[in-house]
Parts: sequence; structure tokens; C-alpha cells
Amino acid sequence: MWESFGFEFVNFYFIPGLVLGCIYALGAIGITLTFGILRFANFAHGELMMMGAYLTWTIMAIATAVLGIAVHPLLAAIPASIVVIYLFFWTDKFFYKPFRKADTIKVVMASFGMMLILRSAVQVIWGPNQLTFVPGIAKPNPSLLGWSSDIGAMLLIPNKHLFIFAGTILFVVVLSYILNRTRIGKAMRAVSDSPDLAHVTGIDVDQVIRATWIVGGVCAIAAGVFLAMDIQMLETTMGFRMLLPMFAAAILGGIGKPYGAVVGGLVIGLSEELSAYPWIGDAPLLSPGYKTGVAFAIMVVMLIVRPQGLFKGRSF
Amino acid sequence: MEAYLGYLLYFLSLATVGGIYAIFALGLNVQWGFAGLFNVGIVGFAAVGAYTYALLTTAESTFHYGGLDLPLPVGMFVAMVASAVIAGVIGLICIRLRSDYLAIATIGIAEIIKLILKNETEVTNGPRGINKIPRAWEHFSEERFYSSWPMSWFNTPDGWAVFFDALPHWWWQPCFAATVLFCMYVIYRMLERARISPWGRMMTAIRENEPAARAAGKNVTARRVEAFVIGAAIMGFAGALFAQHLRLIEPTNTFDPAKVTFLVWVMLILGGSGNNRGAMLGAFLIWTIWSASELMISGIIDLAGYVFQTFDTGVLATRAGFLRMMLIGILMQVVLQKYPAGILPEVRPASPRSNK
Repeated sequence: MWESFGFEFVNFYFIPGLVLGCIYALGAIGITLTFGILRFANFAHGELMMMGAYLTWTIMAIATAVLGIAVHPLLAAIPASIVVIYLFFWTDKFFYKPFRKADTIKVVMASFGMMLILRSAVQVIWGPNQLTFVPGIAKPNPSLLGWSSDIGAMLLIPNKHLFIFAGTILFVVVLSYILNRTRIGKAMRAVSDSPDLAHVTGIDVDQVIRATWIVGGVCAIAAGVFLAMDIQMLETTMGFRMLLPMFAAAILGGIGKPYGAVVGGLVIGLSEELSAYPWIGDAPLLSPGYKTGVAFAIMVVMLIVRPQGLFKGRSF
Repeated sequence: MEAYLGYLLYFLSLATVGGIYAIFALGLNVQWGFAGLFNVGIVGFAAVGAYTYALLTTAESTFHYGGLDLPLPVGMFVAMVASAVIAGVIGLICIRLRSDYLAIATIGIAEIIKLILKNETEVTNGPRGINKIPRAWEHFSEERFYSSWPMSWFNTPDGWAVFFDALPHWWWQPCFAATVLFCMYVIYRMLERARISPWGRMMTAIRENEPAARAAGKNVTARRVEAFVIGAAIMGFAGALFAQHLRLIEPTNTFDPAKVTFLVWVMLILGGSGNNRGAMLGAFLIWTIWSASELMISGIIDLAGYVFQTFDTGVLATRAGFLRMMLIGILMQVVLQKYPAGILPEVRPASPRSNK
């Protein structure tokens, strides 16, 4: 069983799908929270993800140049995340807040403009060429390979993927703690369910909005850095390429439902990778060029069949 | 004299591309200005129009499907229909939901269309694109046109070849610019007529107060789909003109969302959404700024390279284009916040009774 089917399937389709799913899930958390709490589809989310990855790269480069040490991307992402969170605050203050009382579509337009501004800014500052965190081929983790070979299943999982799995689980656990146990998390869920009722009960909406940007922002940077670690490069279109699958994940899970976004992200990531598996015959079921199309197809089917998503989110 | 000719040709190309963008902006005005539908997939409809036109009108080719060699107006018309059909499908799925979903769906369909154009190499020649697309007027001087009807009725192929050799090489430029501007004018007149008609006033009512319009017995969803489809058909038409202007189209750089979708949005918002004249004014204004700034920036970079001899101007030159994009983006944000009505604000048509 493992010889004929499992090895190729698990190592080349299932694990990469799970990795992609983790990245989509983290990105979609921010989108679904902004959509649920601030009530608009944030088109600039992918670009902020990319900005986080580029800032992480810069901090790594500075550390190498000044201190002469190679810093792991995940360590460098911590100072980068502070900068990006301020960037989130700053875009909110100057570009989104003026429209908060107006028609929501104005904010969507502003975020659409922000998407282009941020991408051009990255292209001006870092240039249009590809960069990379750590060059070279990622080797599979040897101890995991040895252990899994002993029980008869060969797992070829590089360290970067283990970091991504562990990081995503950590983020989801922390997120669920924040949303269920802390005061601000409960306030966030309340505003997402009913802003008017939340306002009447004395919840500080501005504070909730700030918390939303922080939670969504940290997840976005993690997603951006994980993505750059996974594909081993940074390019200026990576944010835009993530945008559609992340929206699809948020809609699939139900708008305003962070757990839904996680499930949605995993489903979209897995189905994108598994769609290229040769299920029937030897040829891939769907040409790998159409991976992005899978996310879109799932989204369109959801919009027709069940616009409120799997987890009964809001549907407007 | 030669120098003046250069200026004239530059002006003509400015008018041509400005006119094509004005048609895009008019199409978007039907969707956003009239009906309040947020379409961020303009580039997708442009690509559908351009590729439909290209596949139908080019000469037979081994690189891509067909090259059906059909007459140009047929290609233009089918481009409109193809774009409208796609818009109809998206509209029926998304228009009953809130506007954000339409935005996500349109940006998605634009990406999917580009994905199909890139991957279906049998049909579209993939990333290498389609070239030798016939351009209106200039196509008369191509052999496959003058050697067949109706041109062959008037002169022999050799006679036509002598005739076109006698013309200056730029003879088609004024004709093509005039054709584009004429198309723009016709579309403008039709949309003005639609705007002051009961249909246009109903659109305004639906956009401003949907429950009231619904209570008055208007079929809100059907009217919105109508506006979306009409706008997309106009965009498909503009896409076909775009293909004629470029003569070579490929999926990635020709149909860059930043240069099509985003520029058209800035044009409409700056000119004044809801106002057809505003849409055209914004298109010409932004296009002039856009192409003039290209000359200006490259001039400044050359100057910098001349003053500081050791300066690496290559890096600056590649990044200046992105800086320009960023500034246009900031311009859009400023207009959106400070002057939401644009240069020419929307004028409500007077009701027929007060119009004595």
C-alpha cells in the first residue's frame, strides 16, 4: 500500500498541500476578522503579508552585515511584525478611518488603492527582482526520516515545513485562547456578531479595531514569512497571488469565523495540491497551471450554494 | 517639418490610447457610476475582448487556434458578446450578494481568465501571445486584405501595392485615431441617452435607495445584471480596440491589473463617477499625465546620469515606473477622500415634468 501509493501521495501532494493550507489559513484569519469586525473586504491584506516578508529579509540582511550572524527568519520576523502592525494602524488611520461612517464600498476602494500603493512601494524600495531568505535546497529532516523509515513509512519533510506546521498550530492555539478567554477577544467576537449591541453594552469599538489589526497583522506576517520560507523566494507578486485563495478560504469558512478560516484555508490548500494528483490514470487530474482556479471554483460554488459559509458566518 | 511630424504622431497616439481608455472608463461608469457595482476585474473583460478579436481576425496561424480571417467588425462584435456573456454569468451569481463579494469575484475571474490564456497554449499560444493582429485602416495595406473582396473589386493587388507605397508610412494613424474617437463619441451619446431615460433614472434610484426602488416594484437584480452586462460589453469593445492598437498581445504584461483595472478606476474617480463626460475627461487627463511623466522621469534620470557621472541610472530607471504607480495610487486616495465627486460631478437628469 505504502510502496505503490502512499510515498508519492504523502510526500509530494499531501504534505505540500497541508503547508499551503497552513499559509492560507493564517492569511485568511486576518481577512475574516477584518471582514467581520470592520465590515469590509481588505484587498491590501496580501500586500501587507508581502511587506512583512520583505521587512524580515531586511532585518536578516542588516543582522548579517552589522553583527555578522545569520538570523533565522522566524526570529527576524518578530521586529518586522512590530513595524508591520504600525503600518496596519497607519493605513487604517489615514486611509480607512475617514470612510468608517460612509458606505462600506468606499473602504473597499481605498483598500484596493492601498494594495497598489504598497506593492509599488515594495517595488521602489526593494526592486522588482526576486530575493531569498536562505538559498539552497532544503533537505528532509534526517531524524524524522530515520524514525519513519523504521516503521515502514518514508517521510521527506524538510525543517522549514516542520516550522510552518508548529507555528500554525501555535498561532491557532494562542488565537483561540485570546478569542475565548480574554476580555478583548470576547469583545471582538461581540462586535463581529452585532456591532450595535456591542456598542450599547459599552465595548470600546476603537480598541477592538486596534486588536483586530494586531491579531490579523501578526497572522499575516507569519503567513508571509512562512510562504517565503516555503517557496524560498520573495517576489512582489506573492501577496497578490495569495489574495484570491485567502478570500476563498474566508468565504468557505464563513465570514467573521476565525476557526472557519483555518478549516477553509486547509481545505483550499489541500484541494489545490491534490487536484494535480493523478487520481485517474497517469496524467494529473488537473494541469498544475490551474491550481489557483481550484480556489476560485470552490469560492464560486460556495457563493451559489451557501454564501454564509460552512460555519454559518455572516452573509451580507 | 520632420520635428513637427513627430509631435503630431505623438499627439495622435495620445489621442488614440486616451480614447481607448475613455471607452473603458465609460464602460465602468455604467457599472459603477450608474448602478454602483464595484468591478475590479476590468482587465479580465479587456483580455476577453482582445483575445476574441485577435483569434477571429488574424490570418491562419500554426501558433494558435484558427486565425479565422473574419472581417474586423465581426471580430469587434463577437468580442463584445463574449465579454457580455462572462459578465452575465458572474452577475447572476454575485449581484444578489453585497458589493464586496462582487469585487472578490471580479478580481478572481480576471485572474482565472489570464490563467486560461496562459495555459491553453493550443488555443492562445500561451505566454508568447498573438501577433500581427489587424489594426483598422492599416490592415488595408496588408496583402491578404487587398487581394480579396471587397478591395479587389476596385483595383488589382499590384495596383493597391503601388497605391499604398505612395502614401506616407503613417497614413493610417490619423484615420485610426479618428475611428477610436468616433467610437467613443457614439458610445458616449448612447450612454447619455440611457442616463436621461427612465432606465437611467431607475438605475440612480436603485443605487441610492435600494429598498425604496424595490418597494416601487422595480426588479433590482435584473436591472443590476443589465448594467453589469452592458458595461462589460463596452469594456470588451475597448479591449478589441486595445488589441488593434498594440498588434501584439500576451497574457501577463499586456493585461497587467495595475495598468488596466487600476488606471481606469483612477480615471473614473478623478473625472467624476456617474458623469459620462467626467469619465472621458478623466481618461484623457490621467493618460496624458501618465505618458508625459514617463518622458519627464526618463529626462530627469538622464540628467542625473549626466551630472553625476558615476551614477547607476539603470536601477533608477527600472524603479521610476513603480514610483509613478505609487503616486497615481496616492492621487486616487486623495480624490476619494477630499473630492469624492470628481472634477465633473454627477448631474441628475431633470424629471420630464419640470422640463417644459
